[in-house]
Amino acid sequence: MPIDVAAIRTEFPTLAREVRGERLVYLDSAATSQTPEAVLAAMERYYRTSRSNVHRGVYLLAEEATDAYEGARTALARLVGADPRGVVFTKNATEACNLIAYGYVRRTLGPGDALLCTVMEHHANMVPFVHAANDRGFEVRYVPVTEDGHLDLAEAARLVADGRVRFAAFTHVSNTLGTINDVPGLAALVRDANPDAVVHVDGTQAVPHLPVDVAALGVDSYALTGHKMFGPTGIGALVADPALLERMEPMLTGGEMIRDVTLTGATWNDVPHRFEAGTPMIAEAAGLTAAVAFLEELGPDAVRAHEVELGATFLAALADADGITVHGPTTMAERGAAISFSVDGVHPHDVGAMLDARGVCVRVGHHCCKPLMRELGINATVRASLHVYNDADDLEPLLDGLAAARAMFAVGRSA
Amino acid sequence: MGELDALYEEIILDHYRSPRNRAPGLSGEDAQVHHSNPLCGDELDVRIRIRDGVLDGLAYDGDGCSISLASASAMSVAVLGRPVEDVLGLVEEFRLMMHGEQPGRADDLGDSMVFEGVARFPVRVKCALLGWMALRDAIDTFRRGDDANDVTHEDQHE
Ligand SMILES: Cc1ncc(COP(=O)(O)O)c(C=O)c1O
Repeated sequence: MPIDVAAIRTEFPTLAREVRGERLVYLDSAATSQTPEAVLAAMERYYRTSRSNVHRGVYLLAEEATDAYEGARTALARLVGADPRGVVFTKNATEACNLIAYGYVRRTLGPGDALLCTVMEHHANMVPFVHAANDRGFEVRYVPVTEDGHLDLAEAARLVADGRVRFAAFTHVSNTLGTINDVPGLAALVRDANPDAVVHVDGTQAVPHLPVDVAALGVDSYALTGHKMFGPTGIGALVADPALLERMEPMLTGGEMIRDVTLTGATWNDVPHRFEAGTPMIAEAAGLTAAVAFLEELGPDAVRAHEVELGATFLAALADADGITVHGPTTMAERGAAISFSVDGVHPHDVGAMLDARGVCVRVGHHCCKPLMRELGINATVRASLHVYNDADDLEPLLDGLAAARAMFAVGRSA
Repeated sequence: MGELDALYEEIILDHYRSPRNRAPGLSGEDAQVHHSNPLCGDELDVRIRIRDGVLDGLAYDGDGCSISLASASAMSVAVLGRPVEDVLGLVEEFRLMMHGEQPGRADDLGDSMVFEGVARFPVRVKCALLGWMALRDAIDTFRRGDDANDVTHEDQHE
């Protein structure tokens, strides 16, 4: 079924509010999405009726809380085509990337080894590995980005050819350029020369927008975050091959994650519980289950189709507008609907202020991709990002604000 | 758009469009500092020349939003030719004003007074302060006997 934007908007309370006297035009879902009523209701239900701690409780409320929490694991696994035993809940995608960095990379890679990363990564999928490399003495190699915003696969092939790559980390969809990377292609390229390499993918910007099947992608581990997929803040996941989790050490230790404890040591619980120390985010898990149901009801294919169509409208309008340069791939077939651009002669922060006055929320800055920004030779961009509640009526206020920003700030420059 | 008028007063736009003392270098420079504000990707260089305890020359240059560049421009007009101690006093007045306090030396601050309205936009306060903080650091750097310094102001979240 195609996306019915008018109906969908009524499910998001924030979208009903005004900002500075104008209709809220929310173009920042790549930073965080809005929350539908169903997610709010699921979280409230836990707090109002089932509030108790998970696991080991011998009373009804505790059973309900456990079901709510473990139900999220099953729901998320189903959404992304994974084994529930491979779903580890974390605070967010950043923690998921750190979990694999601490639990696997730091314990496995050392001098003489190499880790493949890319220049287009969000800091979350780069810094934990660079930090590990600096402590452990292995090498980090970066796949560069081509002029048209793609990973340079020819260079990637060269970077992995010596067979020393033991871990690869790259993003499924770039949060800044919008690029959808060829995950199976790059994974195969890495494994051709490095059969034992572990392939970790940052799926943060993919799961909310595309059909994702981690088994079909052929990756070993996949990070995602709940708050960009209509879920609450405070919950994300590392979705990994259970066999890989078995080879990993926990990052945090304490309650919940143990099998037995003595005064001198402890043995670990089964995976994935081994990686979930302490009382987890129960209400957030309940909310995430509702978010998954919301996505499934819309259908990931329909979500993608809506964004392809709307994204094309935005890209065409921005290409036509005076003084706007879009970064990244130019057709929706190659990209998601996070659209970064520069406005000639106007600093992104001033663009943001002009848009804010019109109720338009965009993100300005480096988008946590400083190495990529340096590569592009700029300090910051404006980013408008779309989701299911956006429609063509969100374009006009954006273009209006951009034209006003150009008129106010772009002095002495030709239109 | 009344709110926006407070942020982008005509005087601010004038300093942005016709910057005063913006230059990539300064002859006889005593100290140069580079300050950046990753929140908006502002990068600012401030160069100073001090003669007989007086701020005798100042040039700034960089890549920044209208607020940060206009503020540096208005600052340059307010501080040039003043004894260094007096400049530091003005820096403090401006800093207090950006934190919502009534500034004591309105006449001496001159055009910089219009940035009072920016205090209502918390995310832009750092932009308005960037030039002033860089100037204070340039003076400190000179007094330490150094000639260059690099400072990054705190980072953003996404
Ligand atoms: C591509 C990508 N990876 C990782 C993250 C980090 O997500 P979180 O802040 O939820 O950990 C983000 C979001 O900012 C992102 O866009």
